[in-house]
Amino acid sequence: MPMDDRSKLLRRYVIDAMRGGGRGHLGSSMSMIEILRVLYDSVLKYDPKNPESTDRDRFVLSKGHGCLALYAILADKGFLPISELESFCRPTSRLGGHPERGKVPGVEASTGALGHGLPIAVGLALAMRLQERNSRVFVLTGDGEINEGSNWEAGMAAAKHKLSNLTVMVDYNKLQSYGKTSEVLDLEPLVDKFKSFGFVTHEVDGHDVAALEAIFKKLPFSDSAPSAIICHTIKGKGFPFAEGNPEWHHKSGMTETDIQQMYDCL
Amino acid sequence: MRKTALDCVYKLAKVDERVVFVGSDLGPGVLDKMKTEFPQRFFMEGVSEQYIVGMAAGLAMEGFIPYVNTIATFLTRRCYEQVAVDLCIHDLPVRLIANGGGGVYAPLGPTHLAIEDIAIMRALPNMAVVAPCDADEMNRLMMSTLEWPHPIYIRLGKGGDKIVSEEKNGFELGKSILMRSGSDGMFVTTGVMTQLALETADILKKDGVNVGVVHMHTIKPFDAAGVISAIENVKAVVTVEEHIVNGGLGSALLETCSDLRPELLPKITRVGIPDKFATEYGSQNSLLKHWGITSDTLVGAMMKKLGG
Repeated sequence: MPMDDRSKLLRRYVIDAMRGGGRGHLGSSMSMIEILRVLYDSVLKYDPKNPESTDRDRFVLSKGHGCLALYAILADKGFLPISELESFCRPTSRLGGHPERGKVPGVEASTGALGHGLPIAVGLALAMRLQERNSRVFVLTGDGEINEGSNWEAGMAAAKHKLSNLTVMVDYNKLQSYGKTSEVLDLEPLVDKFKSFGFVTHEVDGHDVAALEAIFKKLPFSDSAPSAIICHTIKGKGFPFAEGNPEWHHKSGMTETDIQQMYDCL
Repeated sequence: MRKTALDCVYKLAKVDERVVFVGSDLGPGVLDKMKTEFPQRFFMEGVSEQYIVGMAAGLAMEGFIPYVNTIATFLTRRCYEQVAVDLCIHDLPVRLIANGGGGVYAPLGPTHLAIEDIAIMRALPNMAVVAPCDADEMNRLMMSTLEWPHPIYIRLGKGGDKIVSEEKNGFELGKSILMRSGSDGMFVTTGVMTQLALETADILKKDGVNVGVVHMHTIKPFDAAGVISAIENVKAVVTVEEHIVNGGLGSALLETCSDLRPELLPKITRVGIPDKFATEYGSQNSLLKHWGITSDTLVGAMMKKLGG
């Protein structure tokens, strides 16, 4: 599916940050661009001028290594200046290699260690219920990330508490750091796993903007269960040399040639 | 001590809507009154400590004060990354109520013996580490926890421990209590070792040796000024803890003196659990004897330092 100008713009912001920091999780960020784009364009309730407003929806990026994509959309939406992206990973920057709550406006939780986002999100969703607020909670996990058992502990709890205000999205790009998820620790049958844990679960092409909008419109999938969306994605989407290539999970020591090669793809 | 701690959670829940209770898979009937009166704020979440700590963090991010309770080893070893990342990096007011500090679960073996919990909890920035000596002090501690804005690790003794704390001394997190002054030596203690030290001080007194006891219910933040004031004018100092000698109370005192008053270091010696996992079962008392944490060994350690 060809990328439109908006998807290219957000990817350009990611490259701007990588150019500044000389590093970054390119593959992991590019697979989730459209998911975040649709979330922030069409789904989430938020106010960049008041990022801590109590009635906002909460979005937790559990796969913290995908923070470049989050920084890109937060900058695009005015949570931080676009010019700040180039400070990525510099000593006094707010924008580290994993996102930090309290440093970056719009970041709900400090993540990076994997398997933390969903348990926190369950706590947030319970808090929304206790405080009788309508805010929804969304959490985006990686696929390799859900190797961690903590996700499944939290998944059981989400179903037990019938957290219909909670939606977990899996960025299922089928590659983790070492190689294919099917070979490192196979997640299949992933949809059935989430269903058996009590989530009403749907699948979607995680790069198809219209399909993502349509599936998000159906939320909550149930009034008495949490929702899960398995987003089929391509690691490094938009960059032919990086697509499906675990070498581009993370890159450091990037040269101007590397950076130009990425801009040229857009 | 545990019953008192949980009763306090209920009392706090009655006066403050921010208070929630989170247990793993505790015994039947735990906090039934709270469950009945405030079912929305009572959570029994199953054997899933990694999730529980993260979930408590999520609740705390939204203004709640979660009191999390399970066995100490599971609340420290099992979910250390969650405690470090979810609670301490975020610096959230979650209270970890840890059952069975030290040798309490002696019959259950080394998987259940929290012997290094103080060391690993005190290594975490933002975490406070507290070990009250008896139920009365536990009550004073718990009732003071609402306004502390950081995470707290609360180490519980067995329960039924002799009441030695006094109302007049009050309770301030991070503030030591001089239980008994002494001119010859000083025991520096935490948790229920304070009782053992007081008993030992009585024994020494009969032999004409005047030894005091300073109780460090809070191991972090460490009351450097209070403990230095208690030990600077005596000839010998023995730290006593139901914890491995590495990284706990004794280490905290040595570090503090090394930084602030290195001339005090030679008169300090440590008594605690040797740096190895328990190889015996039995009872808490039999384990303490096996580990060499008894009145006899305390007398010996103190007299050796006094040159007696």
